Amino acid sequence: MAIDENTAARVAKLARIKVAPESLGALAGEFNGILGFIEQLNEVDIEGVEPMTSVTPQVLKRRVDEVTDGDQQGAVLKNAPDAREGFFAVPKVVE
Amino acid sequence: MSDLNKLGLAEARDALRKGETTSKELTEACLAAIEGAGALNAFVHHTPEIALSQAAKADARLKSSEEAPAMCGLPIGIKDLFCTKGVPSQAGSRILEGFLPEYESTVSQQLFDNGAVMLGKLNMDEFAMGSSNETSIYGNAVNPWRRGNDAAELTPGGSSGGSASAVAADLCLAATGTDTGGSIRQPAAFTGITGIKPTYGRCSRWGIVAFASSLDQAGPMTKSVRDAAIMLEAICGHDPKDSTSADLAVPNFEAALTGDVRGKKIGIPKEYRMDGMPDEIEALWQDGIAMMKDAGAEIVDISLPHTKYALPAYYVIAPAEASSNLARYDGVRYGHRAKLEQGDGITEMYEKTRAEGFGPEVQRRVMIGTYVLSAGFYDAYYNRARRVRTLIKKDFEDVFARGIDSILTPATPSAAFGLGEMADADPVQMYLNDVFTVTVNLAGLPGIAVPTGQDRQGLPLGLQLIGRPWEEADLLSSAYALEQAAGFVAKADKWW
Repeated sequence: MAIDENTAARVAKLARIKVAPESLGALAGEFNGILGFIEQLNEVDIEGVEPMTSVTPQVLKRRVDEVTDGDQQGAVLKNAPDAREGFFAVPKVVE
Repeated sequence: MSDLNKLGLAEARDALRKGETTSKELTEACLAAIEGAGALNAFVHHTPEIALSQAAKADARLKSSEEAPAMCGLPIGIKDLFCTKGVPSQAGSRILEGFLPEYESTVSQQLFDNGAVMLGKLNMDEFAMGSSNETSIYGNAVNPWRRGNDAAELTPGGSSGGSASAVAADLCLAATGTDTGGSIRQPAAFTGITGIKPTYGRCSRWGIVAFASSLDQAGPMTKSVRDAAIMLEAICGHDPKDSTSADLAVPNFEAALTGDVRGKKIGIPKEYRMDGMPDEIEALWQDGIAMMKDAGAEIVDISLPHTKYALPAYYVIAPAEASSNLARYDGVRYGHRAKLEQGDGITEMYEKTRAEGFGPEVQRRVMIGTYVLSAGFYDAYYNRARRVRTLIKKDFEDVFARGIDSILTPATPSAAFGLGEMADADPVQMYLNDVFTVTVNLAGLPGIAVPTGQDRQGLPLGLQLIGRPWEEADLLSSAYALEQAAGFVAKADKWW
């Protein structure tokens, strides 16, 4: 399926990446190139084949349900572009 | 001793124990080499103070204990993808500018626990997405090798391009790399060094900036197979902080290096003979086959019928996982945040931050990943690719079940190409670099690239050996046999 500019704009929106309207045509072209390459997968007979969930079969380990870490507010906020009064600060979300 | 930076890990380890040198001397030699190698743009964050302090501790440890670990006192470089406490760790991206991790990755922590010395952080493609180190925010890393007397700059490969360049140019004794589709093995082949990607789950991924979590593995990039064995042992092992890391004993890989391949079955997959493959690569492969045969291995023609579909499957699965992993870069918790206009809300903050912070290749892959995971396409693309992945893994299981011990292939479809030469190619052309390596990630297997020859212009070429899951010890021993037979000793002439 060919991707047009509208689809490219929708994907950019979903990915939360701002793309200038004049760049959408070129972007759609690149998507079509890559998806065309991916289309080869349609040649493969996948009837009855399970999708891979784990490349090395393993049972997830369990551990006791207890607190193992915490009290790291300073470390957690250390790299924030905007931290105030012990919180991450962002533009107003709710009017 | 002179030229201490030119030593490998094993030689330096032995010299330290004989008292012929000190970690301080080794470290100073490497720091001087790095100082003089700005043109390679391999080291992008320099940590001489940390290095000299670690070297002093290592010298004290070596003096006081006969039992110091093998890596004790050995200066290495760390790929920028590894979080290192208090030291810039940007994954080659603008979006992590200024990020100083509050924690240490498990792999680098294990190296430091073993006494290794960190010289600095190494250049790489942005978020490890690339095969030429040209997507890095730091600019291109440069291959120390040139085409004869031609001064054109060549790529060291990618994504671990800085690691490869630094090891090949003797700026450090070894370096860490990571490999999602070939990012250790392809740059190793392009620069005439050794690089191993272990079995998925051998090394902890904790603290390594995630690209595609079901494919990413760390591994050593070194000057010899023996060095790879030494360093791999130091970084392997179970880590409770990575639920996919395997709780298996780590063998003594170096002790397993017998180089005895007599009676071993080496598979030669016919699907790796690609249309348009340069005759030099074919000749290199045939030479490697002859070497293994002379060493006593049994050569067996095999088929891995779904090989052709590995790259297309990879270019669904890896971007899908990347789009999810990279959702965390939102300008809230760390790294870059865009300057906002009056009236911009949180959505504009996300969109502008990610447009400014991610380079074009990363944006492209995040959006492809978003598309293949979006409603209506999830089954057609993502689930189909995961089913093809099951078949690719089964191809390998089938040949291993027939008694094949390891598989010999070229590591790359060409020698190192010129920086900028692929600028006008469409993205898929660049993706073809990983055609021989990406199957190994999809199947979770260990793979190693070993330099075995040079092309007509004098550039290094490598072969790849692929092993059974968890049998890195056997794989390294076969690689050691190949290394011995090939006798590759060429080095790049110093121009930088």
